[in-house]
Amino acid sequence: MKYKLLNFLRQFALMLLVIWTVVSLVTLLIEVVPGDPATVILGETATQEQIENFRGKHGLDQPAFFFSYNGDSGFVWNGANNRYADYWLGLLQGDLGTSFQTDRPISEMIFERYPATIKLAIAAMLVAIGIALPLGVLAGSRKNTIVDNLASFFALLGISLPTFVIGPFLVYIFAIRLGWFSPTGSLYPEDIILPAVTLGAALSAILTRMVRSSVIEELGEDYVRTARAKGVSEVKVLYKHVLKNGLIPVVTILGLQLGVLLAGAIITEKIFNWQGLGLLLLEDGIGKRDYRLVQGCVLVISITFIIANSLTDFVYRKLDPRIRIS
Amino acid sequence: MNRLAYIGLAIAGLFILAAIFAPFIATHDVTAQNLAMRYIAPSAEHWFGTDGLGRDVFSRVVYGARISLEVGITVVMVSSVFGTIIGAIAGFYGGFVDKFLSGYVFNVFLAFPGLLLAIALVAFLGAGQGKLIAALCVIGWVGYARVMRGQVLKVREYDYVQAARALGASNMRMLFTHILPNAIQPLIVQASLGMAGAVLSEASLSFLGLGIPPPAPSWGTMIEEARQFFSSSPHVLFFPGMAIALTVLAFNFIGDGLRQYLDPKQRTR
Repeated sequence: MKYKLLNFLRQFALMLLVIWTVVSLVTLLIEVVPGDPATVILGETATQEQIENFRGKHGLDQPAFFFSYNGDSGFVWNGANNRYADYWLGLLQGDLGTSFQTDRPISEMIFERYPATIKLAIAAMLVAIGIALPLGVLAGSRKNTIVDNLASFFALLGISLPTFVIGPFLVYIFAIRLGWFSPTGSLYPEDIILPAVTLGAALSAILTRMVRSSVIEELGEDYVRTARAKGVSEVKVLYKHVLKNGLIPVVTILGLQLGVLLAGAIITEKIFNWQGLGLLLLEDGIGKRDYRLVQGCVLVISITFIIANSLTDFVYRKLDPRIRIS
Repeated sequence: MNRLAYIGLAIAGLFILAAIFAPFIATHDVTAQNLAMRYIAPSAEHWFGTDGLGRDVFSRVVYGARISLEVGITVVMVSSVFGTIIGAIAGFYGGFVDKFLSGYVFNVFLAFPGLLLAIALVAFLGAGQGKLIAALCVIGWVGYARVMRGQVLKVREYDYVQAARALGASNMRMLFTHILPNAIQPLIVQASLGMAGAVLSEASLSFLGLGIPPPAPSWGTMIEEARQFFSSSPHVLFFPGMAIALTVLAFNFIGDGLRQYLDPKQRTR
């Protein structure tokens, strides 16, 4: 028990350390922008006064970090009044700064858009599971048959076809030719289907391969032979016994892939003009050079990913006693 | 190796040849615009048709192979060398060095999902081929480092390495002549899959407008430009899309084939 608690605390401390580093890296990213962000945003025609005002408002007139280095005077201590410390202080109060372009709080802008992205990611995950489970079980239980080969081919296709190729083709067939959905945006509830399939395609392919090899491995276990010897039907063996054990690695992959989905959503949102975090990052953040907004979006996506990963790890250990013991 | 791996090798070889001999294969100038010939369907004159500015799609796809493979090969080479060194150090020295590198540094780089770190880097640094390559290396090296660390941890315990140690071989000698050559196999698989990943990432970033700026014929940029008129002229998107898919598929086939070939346990599956 004591060992378990210690282990948990160690994992937790590592997670905090990683989050601290990620925040620091993202905070300091603004320093690598070539030239002065104020001039980049206000343009060449801005007056000196406008630039000074802008720099003052967003803390760009403060030093970047606790200390700085230059060739003449070596290391200089800047004190606690610096951008890095300011960003952290704000962050601890849930404040991600104000937008360089609209002066709105970044956290407000992000949380307005985040639900749409999460909805899309969850829908994509459901699509992926819905395709991968039956297909993977089918392929795994009929190893090296034509069904298996077809499923494997489909999986490789899903991995190799990029989102931005699948998306336009789906739009062409199902929105323009058949007219089942609107080509962009989210006017009706069913409009989530095309973006979800686009985003979930690669994941469904990865999952299909995972489920397949999991099923093949579990089918060779003793408990399967016992169940069959007892006269349990093949369907029951597959779905009740094999799948239950075979799902453990699949759960891990799902957790790890959530981050990939969140990042992949950036491309999908662009294709379907889906008003989520990705489109906010691309159009309002990068497109309008709103560096503060870019920082906020990157931070929120990364932290979601780190937490999801840690939770997955935790659930994984709970699910399989063999891992807990080893 | 399985049949799919040979198919992969053949496709990849075709694209590599196209990239090398692009000036001889391309039928038109890749940047020459001809507004009178916009969105022409594939014909004898323009094999893959023309795009929104009247440029020849076939020639652009051929030259696109050059950009994709150039970026892919550079990214794989730089990140595999860097990853190998870091991974080998972590695995070989163990203890605190390993805890710091694999427990902390690897986790920090793995904490950014997929392309996000590359998108962030390019957003702050600005677009361009060099910066794109740098961004992809920053996200790519960890994969190699993890594979290498695991391998070195395993190989350093082998008897012949212990024998070399007993004979007084230096750390560097043990690492470079005894451990690395015997730990490198999975790295080849990783490099092949990494090549597929790099080609896909380059296209994705270019699609988002964060990669190689137009008018350079990057496949990702071509798809982004073709999207608007996709319903009336699908060929402009279809050919670069197929080029990306085939290249990625080819390197995935090779990687999968190599993995099965190198792992006897998987050979029968």
